[in-house]
Order: sequence, then structure tokens, then C-alpha cells
Amino acid sequence: MIPASADLMRDVLFLPEAASRQARDIDALHFWVISATMLGALAVGLTALVFLVKYRRMGDRPRPTRFIALPVKYELAMAGLLLGLFLAWWFVGYRQMIALQRAPEGALEIYVTGKQWMWKFASADGPDTVGVLVVPAARPVRLLITARDVVHSFFVPALRVKQDAIPGRYTSLSFTIDRPGSFPVYCAEYCGLSHSRMWATLVALPPEEYQRWLEGAVPPAVGEAGGNADIAGGRLGEREAISIAQRGEQQAARYGCLACHTVDGQPHIGPTWRGLFGSERVLVTGQRLVADAAYLTQSMMRPMEDLVAGYPPVMPTYQGQMEPADVAAIVEYIKSLRHDAGRAP
Amino acid sequence: MAEHAAHFESLARQQTAARFAMWVFLASELLLFAGLFFLYMCYRLYWPAAFASGVGHNHALLGTVNTIVLITASITVAMGLRKLQHGAPRAAFRLVATTVLLAGLFLVVKLTEYGVHIDEGILPGGRGRYFAEGALPGEAAFFTLYWLTTGLHAIHVTVGAGVLLVMAWRIRRGTLRAAQLELGALYWHLVDAIWIFLWPLYYLTGGAPK
Amino acid sequence: MTPTTERHAGESYLGGERTLRSWLTTRDHKRIGLMFLIATSLFLFVGGLFALLLRLELLAPRETLMGPMTYNRMFTAHGVVMVWLFMIPAIPSGFGNFLLPLMIGANDVAFPRLNLASFYIYVAGAVVALFGLFMGGADTGWTFYVPYSAQTATAVVPVLIGVFILGWSSIVTGVNFIATVHTMRAKGLQWMQMPLFVWAIYGTSVIQVLATPVLGLVLLLIGMEHLFDWGIFDPRRGGDPVIFQHLFWFYSHPAVYIMVLPAMGVISEVVCAFSRKNPLSYQAIVIATVGITFFGFLAWGHHMFTAGMSTFAAGSFGILSMVVAIFSAIKVFTWTGTLYQGSISLKAPLLYVLAFLFLFVFGGMTGVAVATMSLDVHWHDTYFVVAHFHFIMVGGTLTAFLAAVHYWFPKVTGRNYPETWGVAMAVLVFIGFNVTFVPQFLLGNLGMPRRYYDYPESMQWLHVISTGGSWLLGIALLTTVLYLAWSLRHGAVATDNPWHSAGFEWRTASPPPPYNFPGSPALHRGAYDYTGQEPPEGPAALP
Repeated sequence: MIPASADLMRDVLFLPEAASRQARDIDALHFWVISATMLGALAVGLTALVFLVKYRRMGDRPRPTRFIALPVKYELAMAGLLLGLFLAWWFVGYRQMIALQRAPEGALEIYVTGKQWMWKFASADGPDTVGVLVVPAARPVRLLITARDVVHSFFVPALRVKQDAIPGRYTSLSFTIDRPGSFPVYCAEYCGLSHSRMWATLVALPPEEYQRWLEGAVPPAVGEAGGNADIAGGRLGEREAISIAQRGEQQAARYGCLACHTVDGQPHIGPTWRGLFGSERVLVTGQRLVADAAYLTQSMMRPMEDLVAGYPPVMPTYQGQMEPADVAAIVEYIKSLRHDAGRAP
Repeated sequence: MAEHAAHFESLARQQTAARFAMWVFLASELLLFAGLFFLYMCYRLYWPAAFASGVGHNHALLGTVNTIVLITASITVAMGLRKLQHGAPRAAFRLVATTVLLAGLFLVVKLTEYGVHIDEGILPGGRGRYFAEGALPGEAAFFTLYWLTTGLHAIHVTVGAGVLLVMAWRIRRGTLRAAQLELGALYWHLVDAIWIFLWPLYYLTGGAPK
Repeated sequence: MTPTTERHAGESYLGGERTLRSWLTTRDHKRIGLMFLIATSLFLFVGGLFALLLRLELLAPRETLMGPMTYNRMFTAHGVVMVWLFMIPAIPSGFGNFLLPLMIGANDVAFPRLNLASFYIYVAGAVVALFGLFMGGADTGWTFYVPYSAQTATAVVPVLIGVFILGWSSIVTGVNFIATVHTMRAKGLQWMQMPLFVWAIYGTSVIQVLATPVLGLVLLLIGMEHLFDWGIFDPRRGGDPVIFQHLFWFYSHPAVYIMVLPAMGVISEVVCAFSRKNPLSYQAIVIATVGITFFGFLAWGHHMFTAGMSTFAAGSFGILSMVVAIFSAIKVFTWTGTLYQGSISLKAPLLYVLAFLFLFVFGGMTGVAVATMSLDVHWHDTYFVVAHFHFIMVGGTLTAFLAAVHYWFPKVTGRNYPETWGVAMAVLVFIGFNVTFVPQFLLGNLGMPRRYYDYPESMQWLHVISTGGSWLLGIALLTTVLYLAWSLRHGAVATDNPWHSAGFEWRTASPPPPYNFPGSPALHRGAYDYTGQEPPEGPAALP
């Protein structure tokens, strides 16, 4: 579909601007599906109307009619054709769904916590924020989402994405915004009294401005979003005195992680954390996967789910016992112990 | 009592309808427990070690005794039905009354077991001493499910026993048709059949206790 | 009084004993059906009033009429009343009760006492649920998602108990109808000769019997969570709130078909009667009914695409949902084709069918759209979904319910309704409905989440249109009640078969006598056989 007609369709259908490639792909499918829907309803309605006029009863005397029975095979053939169309949509939709769930290479990882009734954001490098999510434009971002109290849902209409935030689970959501801008975020899963005000703003900054944000400046777009009175808890967090990885080191000691996991490369009761992040793990099932932030988080919450071969299954769960920000910090700490990351700060 | 309801064309048809409806109702009952089996399946996949430990902790002997009691009760009610069909109401009464007594025995054993659990500090919702003293994560879910499932089953046993008690009384008074007893017996067999699944899930498939 | 009315008064199920007591202790399926119809219609108005108030609040952003707490309780009340007190019992327990025995040539349902019990269970459930809704009001939405439903301070428990009791009514009626269809058919009436409405009720009953117990269990579990904090879904104790959602939707998705299948049955009857045609393919409709009943149980996961489900699971549920849609499409195709070469009489019931065809296709196709995984990610929990299911529930089921009310009004009451009013209000319902719900699709595209009492100002004008439409719809429904009530006393006395329908239920007097058919019912001519000349009317035609 050519871009101009896509913009026209977006206007007709009241779709907000599409701020990522994925969003534009989804919109293209959307246009096909909704056009077919309208045509289908119109076709059935008009056919019925034509029959109605053509075969209307003259006078009040009913007349006998012919017995017309269509063999079932024709009905099934019609159904088969329609199913073909639906399956074509399904096929495209399925591929898009896979693309939505695939974590892009080198994505910036940000922890998102929904609680009644605000969104909190924590990332490795930047300051913690509430109500304002600051990301760089044109760079893949991966959100690791959880909830503190009840189920919420993180919804960015401009990106056509939504992901439930579920207590006790981490779900993820990836996107790459292709131009700077501010986009509204809503909570889409009913969560109580102020559900309809659980809003946030997603601010995508040009790379150089994002760098300044990391260094402590507050770019105008971020300041504006943070000052928006409509946003629940709209404020920008204070920069922490220590880095998030350092906080992770403290938390790892506090939660007793270091009793079983070393940081110097020696295997102990559990695998060492040195070089763990980004390495390939072999599970007891023989399956292989890469230890990314999602895997590490999952291992803390449901340690028995993806057991690594060669270790006793003794890791306790930390589900519900750790603040999401602490989880983020510990994962950051493990990340800082990558082989290519040099000594921990 | 040989009269059939006015809207049925014959007594045989009325009895067919009643038996058929009972089977349909049993299907409905089965789906009630299916939800609990589904929960068990999901949580056991989440927490295999905790569930094995929880099953190991339960008293397999008590569970097995209760299984034998229930199966015997099913046999006696089936025999009672046969006797009533063959016009031996006194024998039928004795057999159905035995079934009710066995149901009572089942409940006594079950309540004893609940008492033991309470003593050990195993209460639903992960409450009690047992969990405070460091149970495996997931054992709370196991025992809450245990309480829920066996509790719901015990309620069914009580209802089934109550129905059979009334039927036994009516056999004695000679006002119960075999077709009616068959409905009660069908229900009782369902209660029994469900327990046959609870028995391995909650007593037999354990690992070593922790 | 004309001689005809006197004959009716003497013979009909409405005549004979007229005391309140005789109604409250009746075992006549027609009286029980009528009581269900009156009770459910009453709740349609309660739920509708809530809807109007909700729309009024949404006229402008921020608080206008009510605060968030009141709003949250009210949309919960709207959902609970409409789903469990109107949609689920209205057509099956109301029209199903009245018509099922008539349509299979039986005197009554298999278990008349159980049938009356079902009505009282329904009343008890309604009283308890309403007590909860008015004395404090749950604010969880009709979906009762945990952990919120376990934590909220509002009166969830009475509502849960009420719905639990209502579930029993649903199961009891379902068991009764299944047994009735299996064992009470008139001699010689084969399965593939049964009216399509009977097939629809049969499929519905199967779903009621097999899905409702799971809801019952879920409600019990939430009750335990809320009262005793048992934490069966609490992640801190090894639980998982997503499992709750699976269990809930295992009931609540098939429940959609409890609401839609009987509506489809009504459409099949009305289309044939008013076009004087056999259905284009009787077998196709039967196959589709059975298919919906079966596959309806396998599609629940499409309510949870954004709950962290694996892509594979989402894809499977997506395909299964599309299969269900195909069966609905077969029916639409058949109904439309049935009009071909008919002798069509455009009366209010058929107008409602036309509205149904258009709205149901649109609602159904948007259902396929939201089953397309990547599209649903944007639409899930927005007004798009709200509009979609209102197209099915209101545009489909309510429209069919109104078609049924008008089509069988002479059968039930022995009077005709004023046709001009019927046609006018059918048109107004159609217009009002579209003005209300088409803007909601657009709001969903814009990103308006559901269950919001407040919204960004840029979305306001679509909300204003939608609210305006809701008033049109309200006026149309209120007017309908008024002229129908008027017709009860002042409507022209109906002949036994005013539509010249071949349906089995018309082969006895209107209103029917207490035992339905004097002598054995005359079912030799098929229920959709319009090939012959119109036979003379009424019981006189019986052999």
C-alpha cells in the first residue's frame, strides 16, 4: 500500500500516527481486514435487500414457493473459500506476532512496573522515572514488564503494542521508534479506582539528546511530559548516587545470592555470574538458550522452569519477595560481569 | 407409585428420560472437578519438586484405606440395586444402608486426616507452622489445592450419602422404584470415580518427603 | 368480546386458573417461559438504564455525572445484569421454555417441576446478585480478574454468590432441555426434521451443562480468595493469576455462544416464515450449530493474547477462533440464500432479521479481525473490542430477541401488535444502534481503553455521538415496551396462525391450550414446507 493512501486510511479509521515500522505493517493488515469486513457486511445486507425487493409478496395472499435446497457441499465450498481468506490474515498476523515478540539485537532494556495507579521505569544507565518513559529514537528497546499489585496493561497506541503487566511474571515488549516524539501510554487492563488515569508518556529522543539525558540534563520534551498534570505521578526520578549495577551488588549480598553464585568465574552450588550474561546455557532438557535479562529474571522467579544442566535444583524462588527495581539492579550487576565488560565498577 | 407423570407417554420413557438426565448432570459435575484438575496440572508443572514433596507428606495409608472404603461402598450400592430390581427389598435395604455407613466411615477417616493436617500446621492459603518452617515454594499451592479438592469431594460424599439415606428409608417403606435407586447409585459411582483420580494425585505420586 | 376470545379464554394456558398462586406453582412450560421472559425483560431495562447512565458520564472528559467509584460499580452492574440476568437466560429459558415442547410435539418438558425450580433458582440468584450490586456494588467488572477481585473492598461476595446461584439455574434448564429433546419428541419426528430453533437450544443446553460448572468453580475460588485470602492465584504462594483467566474464559467464551446460538435459532425460524421458504440448506445450519457448540469450547485463549501467551498458543487459539467464525458464516450465507425466490412479507420480525444479518456479519468479521493476533495486540481491551461484542450481543442477540418477541407475540398472548409501530421502532433500533457503536470502533482505533470513565479531550466528539445514539436506542426500546403493553389489552385478537407459518408451534391454538396439542400433534407436513397451498387454520386442521 502506498504511503499516501495509508495515511488517508489512518485518518478515515481514526488511527493515531504509526511511530514504528511494525506499527505500519500492522496497519497495512488492519486496512485489508477492515475493508473486507465492511465489504462483507455490505454485500450480505445489500443481497438481502435486493431479494427483499425482488421477491416481495404482492397483496396479502401468501403463495406457494419452490423447494430450493442447496447441497451441503456448496455451502462447505463457500466456507472453505472464506476460511482461506481468514487463514491468509492469520498467516500474516502470526508472522507479525512473532516479530513483535522477538527481542531485537542489542536492545536497550528497561524495567517497567505497574502499580495502582502509575507506571515506574528503571533502566541501567538513566535515572528512574515515574510516568515518563524516556527512550532513544531509532534504537531497539525492550521493556521487561511486571506489576506490583494487580494486573495492568502497558498500551502505546502509536506503536500498536500492548502487554499485560502481571504480578509474579515478567513479560516483555520490544519496539524501535523511528522518529523522536511524545506518545501517550495508557493502562488497558482494569485495575481499580483510578484505572482511567493510569497514564504515562513515552518520549523518544534523538540520540544526542538521549545522551544528554543520560548525563543528567532534562531535555524540553522530557520536562514537558514530566510536568503534564494529566499523568499520574508525573515526575522524574532523582539520579541515584550509585550506579544501578552497584546497587545490584548490594542487593545480591542482601538476598543471599552470593552464597551460591560466585562472581569470579568459579562454579559453586549455582553457576558463576562471571560471563553469564549473554552466554549460551544448556538446560537439563538439552535445550539451549541465551542468558538474557528475561531469562535471568525468569530464573529468579521460577528457578525450576529452565534448569541448567550440571547443577542441583535447589535455587529458591524470589517471586513476590524482591522489588522489581532490585531485580533490575541484580540483572544489571550480572550484566556488568560480562567477559567483555572489564572489571565490575 | 406405578403411575407415570401425565406428560410422558409411558413409565419406561419417563425412566429413560430420568436416567439420561442423570448422565448429563454427571457430565456437568465432572466439569466442576475438571477445573481443579486443570489447576493441579498447571501448578504441578510449575512446582514439580514441591508437589512431589507435598504428596509424599500426605498419609498414603489413610488415602488408600479411603479408596478401599469407597470402592466397597460402590459395590454394595450396585448389589443393592440388583436386589431391588429382583424384588428383594430387605436385602436391598441392608446393602444400601451399608453404603451409607461406609460413606460415614470415609468421612470419619477424611476428618481424622484433616485433623492431622491441622496439627501439623498445614492450613489452606499457606498458613500454619509447616509453611513458616520453610516449606518448598509451591507447597502452599499444593496444600491449598488439596484442601479445596478433597473438601469439595467430601461435600459430594455427604450429599450422595444423604440421598442414599433417604432412599434406604424409602426402600424400607416400600415406596422406592429400582429406577429411582439407580439414579442415586449413578451419582454415588461418580463420587467414587472422582476419588479414584484424587487418590494418585494426592497420595501416591510423591517423592521422598523433604 | 368476540366469540374467538371467549374460545381462547376457556382453552388457553392463560385462562383456567388465573390466580397469582396458580402462576407461581405452575408446571406448565408456557407459563414458566412467560415468567422468564417477563423477568429477563425487566433486567434488560435495569441493565439498559445503567448503560444510559454510563454513556451520559462519558459525554465529557473527567467527572461529569459520577465519580470513578460509582462509574466502576456501574459498569460492573451493567455487565453482570446484562450477561447473567438477561442475555444468558432470555432466549433459552424464556422462548426456549415456551417453544421447545411445542416444536417437538410434546405436552411439556421432561421435568416440569425441575423447570419451575430453575425459575426460582434464577429469581433467588437475581435477588442475591442485585442485593450485592445495590448494597455496595462490586467494582471488578463482570470478569472478576484476580488479584483485583481478591483485594477490592467492595461487596464482591454477594455478587459472586448470586452469579453462582444463577449458574445452577442455567445447568438445571440445560439438563432438562437435553433430556426433553432426546426423549420427548413426538412419534416419528426424526432429529433431522426438528425445527432449527430446537437444534439451537439443544446446542446451547450442551454448552450450559458443560461450561457453567467451571464458572461455578471459578466463582468459588474467587470467593475463597476474597474472604479467606487462600491465595490460590497469588504468585507469592506459588499461584498464577493467568491461570484464573484461562479458567474464567473457558466458561465465558462458550457463554458467548449460549447468548448467540439461540438468537441464530430465532433467525432461522423467522427467515423461513416470512419468506415462505425452506432454509437454503437445513443440514448446513445443523452442521454449523453442532460445530459452534464443539469448537466454541476451544477458542477461549483469544481473550489473552496480551497476557504473555506463547506465540504458538496464540496462533492455535487464533485458528480455532476463525473456525468458529466459519460456522457462523455458513449460517449467514444460508439465511440470505433462503430469501431467494421466496414470497417475502416485510413485517417487523423480518426487519429485525435484516438488521441482524448486517450487524452480525460486521460484528462477526470484526471478531475474526480481533482473532488475528497482531491486530488484537492493538485492539485488546479497547473500545474496538467493546464495539465488537456489542455488535454481537446487541446487534445480534438483542435484535434476534426483538424479532422473537414480535414473531411469537400472537402465539404467546393471542393478540397482534401494531405493525406500523413495530416497523418504525425496528428502524429506530437499527439507526440508534449504529450511531452508538460505530463510533466506538473508531475510539478503539484511537486507543481508548475500555472501563475508562475519563479520557483525553481529543476523543470527546466520538463519545458525544455515541451517547446520542444510546438515547435513540433507549427511546426505541421504551416505545416498544409501551406499544407491546398496550397490545396486551387493546391489540387486535390474533388468529391461530397470523403469519401463515408452517412452524410446528403454530399447529395448535394461539395462545396454546394447557397441554399444547388436543390429541396427537399433526407434524406430517415439514416445519419449513411452503410448497403447497396454505391449509385452513387452527385445530380444525388436525386429524
